[in-house]
Amino acid sequence: MDRMPPWADALLVPLISLVLAAILSALVIIGIGEDPVAAVTLMVKGALGSTYGWGYTLYYATNFIFTGLAVAVAFHARMFNIGGEGQAMLGGLGVALVCLYLPLPHWTLALVAATLGAAIFGAAWACVPAVLQARRGSHIVITTIMFNFIAAALLNYMLVNLLRPKGAMDPATAKFPAATNLPTLHDMLTPIGLNFSKAAPANVTLVIALLACLAVWLLIWRTRLGYEIRAFGHSETAARYAGISPTRITVVAMLISGGLAGLMALNTTMGEAERLVLNSVEGAGFIGIAVALMGRSHPLGVLMAAVLFGFLYQGGAELALWTNIPRELIVVIQALVILFTGALDNMVRMPLERLFLSRRRKEG
Amino acid sequence: MDFATALQILDSTVRLSTPLLLACLAGLFSERAGIFDIGLEGKMLMAAFFSAAVAFVTGSVWLGMLAGIASSMALSALHGLASITFRGNQLISGVAINFLAAGLTVLIAQDWFSQGGRTPSLIGQARFEPLTLPLADTLQTVPILGPLYHELISGHTLPVYFAFLCVPATWWILYRTRFGLRLRAVGENPAAVDTAGISVIGLRYAAVAICGLLCGIAGAYLATALQAGFIKDMTAGRGYIALAALIFAKWRPWYALMSCLLFGFLQAVALRYQNIDLGPVTLPVQFMDALPYILTVVILAGFVGRAIPPRAGGEPYVKER
Repeated sequence: MDRMPPWADALLVPLISLVLAAILSALVIIGIGEDPVAAVTLMVKGALGSTYGWGYTLYYATNFIFTGLAVAVAFHARMFNIGGEGQAMLGGLGVALVCLYLPLPHWTLALVAATLGAAIFGAAWACVPAVLQARRGSHIVITTIMFNFIAAALLNYMLVNLLRPKGAMDPATAKFPAATNLPTLHDMLTPIGLNFSKAAPANVTLVIALLACLAVWLLIWRTRLGYEIRAFGHSETAARYAGISPTRITVVAMLISGGLAGLMALNTTMGEAERLVLNSVEGAGFIGIAVALMGRSHPLGVLMAAVLFGFLYQGGAELALWTNIPRELIVVIQALVILFTGALDNMVRMPLERLFLSRRRKEG
Repeated sequence: MDFATALQILDSTVRLSTPLLLACLAGLFSERAGIFDIGLEGKMLMAAFFSAAVAFVTGSVWLGMLAGIASSMALSALHGLASITFRGNQLISGVAINFLAAGLTVLIAQDWFSQGGRTPSLIGQARFEPLTLPLADTLQTVPILGPLYHELISGHTLPVYFAFLCVPATWWILYRTRFGLRLRAVGENPAAVDTAGISVIGLRYAAVAICGLLCGIAGAYLATALQAGFIKDMTAGRGYIALAALIFAKWRPWYALMSCLLFGFLQAVALRYQNIDLGPVTLPVQFMDALPYILTVVILAGFVGRAIPPRAGGEPYVKER
């Protein structure tokens, strides 16, 4: 056996990568003349010290769960879906069209309809790159990058020229009807006697995100389709030999991925803004990459990584509010996480593997 | 549209094509050696910031450019470390580099200058001045050719001429030198290069370093010639457009010039006109913005001449399996 024990592979490697990213982040904070300990204390207090902070942390986490799962599903089929951003933008368009033009009497119905709208629009936006990859061999990373920009232009056009109410200046749709407004965690928790902050935007979409985690776990490890996706991801030739159609798996995996990314819009557009604005995605599609890498493409890992990034986002906002550290610190941390858990994975893995092997040799 | 307007649009086409061209050739060297680079954007951004910052502090645009190149090459080294030495995923490394640059530039700019993530405006020697080519002023009165020479060919900054000279230079290096042959070989079949006793790792690092150099010049051009100073996210997707241009050109230098001029022209037109009225249909400005990307997808789809990347692109080289 020339492999590490599974626990080291699943926990130790990401943990060390994370510690390295944290050390470098601390050095960056020292580099700009701030105190990392004070910064972390402020972040913890701001993001986790009150139900208001938790409300924002969970709100951001909800976004990242969706986009993280989107990237994770594509990773299982060995595809890098970098287009979560564009797919989420289109998801927002789907949500907005459902909320504005379907006369829905109650938020439960609206949520079901909007979920379908978001997923279909997101999946549709992932469909073209998927088909091009499967049929024409054009690299999915490049096409999804291109589709992010095309989505931004399309959304801009739709909002400025078609969906903007008459006389309004900012490129956004009208407010959604009150019947489509989703209950926040405050509304949900008050009946059972918990006093959750009223101002925080976390809402019922969080429950959908958790259900999505469960659904992805079931899909990947408990269904035939999931097995085929994983088999295809491990070895395309073996999968082909086993009668799995590469075209079908590529397209289906990307449709699921795009649909999940699209669902993110439920949280931002329907849950928080209650109208579609131009930059509603705010880079969450890209954070999905960091979340999926950190969570090792496992729904449970994605959930934990999403909460961590939700904490970083809310904490970062607090830092920007009370100190001279700009919000961009979070972008740097995100970059370091992607770098260490993704690109420099072998830097941690190789020495660890050697260590485990030499120990085993001594024992044996 | 009169002659003067056409000339103005072509003039701004040249200026807007320059950063695309430099970044595109940067990507060409890297990808021809088998290292995918979607971090062009980040490298340009980093170089834009450091060139503007150092040019402001020292008052010398040349020191600024050196700093820009150094910062861009540092990111290149990181990309090389991740994708060549540690055989990581090149795409993920590129994504990380883009974020690293987007975050660090604003963070450092805020720390050094406290102006909301920008550098102070550059003046005088801290910027590249337009050059007037010989006889441009005296020949200006000659009809058609005079203004063409004066506006379009003369009157640009030094990096513009450098960028356009890079095209034949790149062609010559790639197709007429031993280094170029090896570079192309390492992107197609690294095992063969290795068998011939040439270092795959060395060649790939060299390619990545050239990529960093050119991206550094592109970034310095953005901040010290095209504009006067660094502003947050000033590359505005140019790295990705350059990537698109590279695919559009099918990884060939002269075609890269053509595609960069085309995409620069689209940018120039989108900058000048909001909506383009073509009689029965009006093209919205958003369509012009998206056109480079749409064209690239069409090319990628292979409907108009298929784009096939270097065969070993994106795959780390393992000496023995």
